[in-house]
Amino acid sequence: MLITERDRLREDVMAVAQLTGFNRASLIPILREVKEKYRGVDSYAMQLIADVLGIHPVEVYAVATFYAYTQPEAEGRFVFRLCRTLSCDLASKDIVARQLQKDLGIGFGEATEDGVFSLEWANCMGMCDQGPAMLVNETVYSRLTPEMVHEIVDDYRSHKEGRATKRAPERTA
Amino acid sequence: MNSDSMVTTVANELTFASVPPGEGLAKALAMSRVEIIDTVRDSKLKGRGGAGFPTGIKWNFAAAEKHPRKYIICNADEGEPGTFKDRLILTEYADLVLDGMTIGARAMNAALGLIYLRAEYGYLRSRLEEAIHARREAGLLGVDIGGIKGFDFDIMVAMGAGAYVCGEETALIESLEGFRGEPRNRPPFPVVSGFLSRPSVVNNVETLAWVSCIFAKGVDWFKSVGTDLSTGHKLFSVSGDCERPGVYEFPFGITVGELLKEVGGEDAKAVLIGGASGRCVPRSQFERRLAFEDIPTGGSVVVFGPGRDMLAIAHNLLDFFVDESCGQCTPCRLGNGKLLEGVEMLQAGTCTLEYLNDLKALANTMQVAAKCGLGQTSSVAFLSILEHFGDDIHES
Repeated sequence: MLITERDRLREDVMAVAQLTGFNRASLIPILREVKEKYRGVDSYAMQLIADVLGIHPVEVYAVATFYAYTQPEAEGRFVFRLCRTLSCDLASKDIVARQLQKDLGIGFGEATEDGVFSLEWANCMGMCDQGPAMLVNETVYSRLTPEMVHEIVDDYRSHKEGRATKRAPERTA
Repeated sequence: MNSDSMVTTVANELTFASVPPGEGLAKALAMSRVEIIDTVRDSKLKGRGGAGFPTGIKWNFAAAEKHPRKYIICNADEGEPGTFKDRLILTEYADLVLDGMTIGARAMNAALGLIYLRAEYGYLRSRLEEAIHARREAGLLGVDIGGIKGFDFDIMVAMGAGAYVCGEETALIESLEGFRGEPRNRPPFPVVSGFLSRPSVVNNVETLAWVSCIFAKGVDWFKSVGTDLSTGHKLFSVSGDCERPGVYEFPFGITVGELLKEVGGEDAKAVLIGGASGRCVPRSQFERRLAFEDIPTGGSVVVFGPGRDMLAIAHNLLDFFVDESCGQCTPCRLGNGKLLEGVEMLQAGTCTLEYLNDLKALANTMQVAAKCGLGQTSSVAFLSILEHFGDDIHES
């Protein structure tokens, strides 16, 4: 990581902490912000966050690895999360899963080499009446068919820039 | 097919659509704290998340605590498989939920409300924050709300990060505090020591919306539907093999068969009531009632048509629990994996009768030995499938 990049990361972490407080309760908002912006949480980022919050880095690691949305591993700019839970399963999520793997060229739990896409399973995302459903970052797609998957992937491929949503830092007490 | 589809969920006629935002809150703010709590207690409203704890009693516990800083937390971590009613409520009737939180804050003297919104519902966040902002502008949040001197209250949205177990209230609080979502020992209950060790009430989204309706339409109206022990209406999230999946409001006490008729699922061979942590009800028991005194539920109804392979369903559910167990206690962390392995052996035809009995004993042990609701209920569906569809399994 470049020194300038490290400086930027510190600024981003501090910006969230300034809103949410320099305390433990800011850990998840910070982790989500870092994951969102840097697509992963590497060991330098974990040490930095620990330092800012005054906790041990292993605490940061323990929390980051617990939640689906804060996993340390690098992910693509567009994260495809296909629901695998019961109702979507009954609605033939398997054929949608096959199409996603084919069109993205990666398996579940993997990211493309260019860092643009990653593919993950999601556990029930509350779209059970409209399965199979998936999220791409924060956009919901429901009643999926393999044909639709093909179109959606094409669409993201041709709009590689600028489609990722940027969330505002979050606040807690 | 895009994010607009989140509002296309089919629903029957909902009470929430007929209650104007602000009406219940205005009536509640004209009451004393004690009157508010008495009203909720008289309504016999029980928690709509599934556990069914009486809301008025919970509020009363928190009100009795003398701490200067208390919290009311809205549990919007709707993660139970097959449940999506809270998504609909937060999308279309958020103000009823915010009204309910404000009423609760008044009753127990809470300084801050937190909405713990699951990561997967991130697209609802800006909508909720706009609604909160509009309330601040309108004087419904802030200082001296409703002209009541000293009634200061604000609401914030806190995001989850993707963990089913955080729907359990103490795990939710751990997550709010920046820890792994590992459930705490109870007692102390959150009403005594919750968020930041301060008294905290955690209520489900739907519960809070019903609170607003109770104040708007009256306790008698609320109690006139449902059963003695399960008053009022309940929202059901219906999915699976039926003609009209969606969100349905029915009075508590409706039978499984009646519900299936309404949603076009009459030919079902079984339904899963209560999501992955619920139970599988076979056709022979479709006359049973959905109510806390018969089949309790948070409202998840997944319909299984005649051709469905019940073992595949058990497999899907256990796979879910293996992934979502927080790993803190052994019965849940290892037990779910063993049950999943057992289902795979059953599917492969390599499970002996003796081992099947071991699995059943393990499932029962998990129900008594696991620390939280997740581990205590994860084997319920598995056991009910073995009990009611044992013949299917022996044939396969």
